Amino acid sequence: MASVTYEHVTKRFGDVVAVNDLDIRIEDKEFLVFVGPSGCGKTTSLRLLAGLEEITEGNIYIGDRLVNDVPPKDRDIAMVFQSYALYPHMSVYENMAFGLKLRKTPKKEIRRRVQEAARILGIEDLLDRKPKQLSGGQRQRVAVGRAIVREPHVFLMDEPLSNLDAKLRVQARAEISKLHQRLGTTFVYVTHDQVEAMTMGTRIAVMNAGVLQQIDTPQNLYDYPTNLFVAGFIGSPAMNFFDATLVERDGQVRVETKDFLIPIPENRQETYRPHLGKEVILGIRPEDVHDPEYAPPGIQQARVKARVTVTELMGNEVIVYLETDHHEFLGRFDPRTGARVGSAIDATMDLDRMHIFDRQTELAIR
Amino acid sequence: MSDRLRRVVSAIPLHMIIIGITLVWSLPSVGLLVGSFRPKNDVFSTGWWTVFQHPFDFTQFQLDNYIHVLTAEGMGRAFLNSLTIAIPSTIIPITVAAFAAYAFAWMDFPGRQVLFVVVVGLLVIPLQMTLIPLLRVYNRLGLSGAFLGIWLAHTGYGLPFAVYLLRNFIGTLPKDLLESAFLDGASHLTAFTRLVLPLSVPAIASLAIFQFLWVWNDLLVALIYLGGTEEVAPLTLKLSALVQSMGQDWHLLTAAAFVSMALPLVLFFSLQRYFVQGLLAGSVKG
Repeated sequence: MASVTYEHVTKRFGDVVAVNDLDIRIEDKEFLVFVGPSGCGKTTSLRLLAGLEEITEGNIYIGDRLVNDVPPKDRDIAMVFQSYALYPHMSVYENMAFGLKLRKTPKKEIRRRVQEAARILGIEDLLDRKPKQLSGGQRQRVAVGRAIVREPHVFLMDEPLSNLDAKLRVQARAEISKLHQRLGTTFVYVTHDQVEAMTMGTRIAVMNAGVLQQIDTPQNLYDYPTNLFVAGFIGSPAMNFFDATLVERDGQVRVETKDFLIPIPENRQETYRPHLGKEVILGIRPEDVHDPEYAPPGIQQARVKARVTVTELMGNEVIVYLETDHHEFLGRFDPRTGARVGSAIDATMDLDRMHIFDRQTELAIR
Repeated sequence: MSDRLRRVVSAIPLHMIIIGITLVWSLPSVGLLVGSFRPKNDVFSTGWWTVFQHPFDFTQFQLDNYIHVLTAEGMGRAFLNSLTIAIPSTIIPITVAAFAAYAFAWMDFPGRQVLFVVVVGLLVIPLQMTLIPLLRVYNRLGLSGAFLGIWLAHTGYGLPFAVYLLRNFIGTLPKDLLESAFLDGASHLTAFTRLVLPLSVPAIASLAIFQFLWVWNDLLVALIYLGGTEEVAPLTLKLSALVQSMGQDWHLLTAAAFVSMALPLVLFFSLQRYFVQGLLAGSVKG
């Protein structure tokens, strides 16, 4: 079992900086998820750890061992590829046994480990089949199985679920989480899907344009995004943003947009006072915008007059598209809401859960 | 009239044309084949198509022509010589080319691109240009008239195309597959033998067929480097010698021609599945 340390790691492809000064320590037995839009450097970070790309600057440690110049096969890692990369001419058994055979593991031991892995993954009946005879979900399991039998210190997974259909993906997500608990090994997982990241990771590293934006537990990432990018990337539907200014009225700090003026809760007054007059961005998640009739009791609320342009009934909730003169935003309303397209409504915002970002630096003001 | 019937009817002219072309194309070979089995007197008195007047009269066919050319005329010996030339001249260049193609496709070394361009550039050099200089070298080394010399010559002539074709095929194997093998602990050599080679069988097989046929049918290179002596002359040399010495003996020439065609035909039909088989199916998403 091992921790993984990225120490000021930079990777350049020619002039393009794919990963910029990445500095993370992944604890032993952690499930770390790299998440970000495509081209953000998350896969490159994983490939650097696997040894499939060379590091331009910085160091990577697995456990206490510096692995910069260690070839992939000696790093004691196993990787599941997005394409699964099963060997097409070998049976499932041979696919899983291949790595062990090359490492001169005794035949008996290979058999034991492959059968054990097949049992865990429920693919015992498929051992004699060729990859082309398997369904997408089965191939994905074989790919995972091939990684398990190696009993590596670190598991790397590069978007292993992106080729599965939606239903299978939900199921496989839970299975991988279970596997992590069962094996108690360090997992490093790459995905572009923030739902996968939120549900599976013990910690999430959000990346954008090669730069680590924030690394934290899913809940903290959601509740306290450190900048505008993280705030917009995590959460679906995405957070609503309003261009605004911090102003003082009647001795109270308030947020003023072109369309409305809302107060700031008592406990955050002093935080924002030094920034009076600053151009900011007000962020509020759709679930913190309520129908006034069904707003949870006891919240600090502000009401904003808005028109309803679209409603999407999801069953357990209604996504309501709202507009004021200069802004458009979303609310997740109780399904009993009376909001109808074209009607005007007092959208009720939960002030305790608003976020304020500096418009210049895009950092959260705290 | 149903749509289906109309489709069938409208395709009839096209099918007629295709069948016509096929017939015209294969007619000479059929004539050759039929003629090679007919007795000498029949060949000289009537045309080969007359056998179809009595299609089930098998007495009009016999094997004497074949027995004669294979024994008395030395085609048997020539056949073995052709095999001795063609098999190593196919195996050596393709083996070398497969290793080279892997290196060009998947190994990082300085000058890789330049070297590959040079190798492919060799395709434009006509082999006739190399005949005299190479022959002089062979004479000095004592390689002319020996099988080793012609193996090396065919290897040299075949390599540029073989490297080019195999590199392009091996280069299209999914990158993930090789990386996965490296993570599994494979060296370049293991990845090559256990992964790339089995997956390249279709490309290697088709290349082998091309190279084998080209060597088998070659007259020029054999004539220059081997000469026409009985012990080394391949079928092509023997056949051209027969045309000169017995230009009138059609019954023997047709049989001799078929002896030289037999192996390529067998080879082509037995290996043709490699042209259509997609061994890669199912390796990655699909």
